[in-house]
Amino acid sequence: MNLETEFVGGTLRLRFDGELDHHAAKKAVATIEEYIDAFLPRRCVMDFSGVTFMDSSGIAVLIKTRKRMGELDGTLGVENIRKQPMRVLRAAGVDRIVPIAAPAAKEA
Amino acid sequence: MDEINSVKIEFLSRSRNESFARTAVACFAAQLDPTLDELGDIKTAVSEAVTNCIVHAYPDSLGRISVKARLFGDSSLEIAVRDWGRGIEDIGAARAPMFTTGGDERSGMGFSIMESFMDKLRVRSKPGRGTTVTMTRRIASRADAR
Ligand SMILES: Nc1ncnc2c1ncn2[C@@H]1O[C@H](COP(=O)(O)OP(=O)(O)OP(=O)(O)O)[C@@H](O)[C@H]1O
Ligand SMILES: [Mg+2]
Repeated sequence: MNLETEFVGGTLRLRFDGELDHHAAKKAVATIEEYIDAFLPRRCVMDFSGVTFMDSSGIAVLIKTRKRMGELDGTLGVENIRKQPMRVLRAAGVDRIVPIAAPAAKEA
Repeated sequence: MDEINSVKIEFLSRSRNESFARTAVACFAAQLDPTLDELGDIKTAVSEAVTNCIVHAYPDSLGRISVKARLFGDSSLEIAVRDWGRGIEDIGAARAPMFTTGGDERSGMGFSIMESFMDKLRVRSKPGRGTTVTMTRRIASRADAR
């Protein structure tokens, strides 16, 4: 699991690469919190284009980040999500609380 | 139903074994010629069950986890994930969506995801003795699916 960040015009973009399971989630949560506290963004976008696998551990990461952004009166969105992580979020009903956008082009 | 093939793996409850376990089962399931979506569902369910052993069964120790996969003549795959850890007091409550004893590190959706991704889910547990989660999924043959 790898994480790249970019802060432009009040928006913090976090790009994940790899498998977001319990093993990876611990470090991901710590890193996300660190960046949010450093930039205090108005909007946080999680770019999931590189996430090849996700389980419920990733749900807790999203819910936690959403809560933190809520405390800052900011918003959270998920972009470029692949099929398997999307199925997990849908099965858990997370797509009803966090706006999620699939990739525009063909499924990777 | 006839058992056609089976494997059993056993490993320590280290979180880096989560990806090993789900990948191993997916490789075994590949002989049923599943679609990518089916493989994804199987990997997800295994990941949920194994993570539960690591997080809940052995919260502050290292323990053994076994994963047994069996393949039957009707193209169904049975996966049994077993631990010898803390066990579950009230299985009915534990299976309900959003129920968790894991605080804000967890969402309480693991069992719901296993249920929706597999055809059948059975949970047996004894407090202090351990838990076995058995899941079944039938893989539609590509010819059927067409
Ligand atoms: N192998 C196990 N040993 C002991 N307790 C378990 C085990 N598996 C599940 N449980 C109990 O059942 C509850 C529900 O499990 P479930 O997987 O649905 O949610 P979770 O693990 O708490 O959260 P999530 O899976 O969304 O990260 C757990 O919080 C835990 O109390
Ligand atoms: Mg779980």
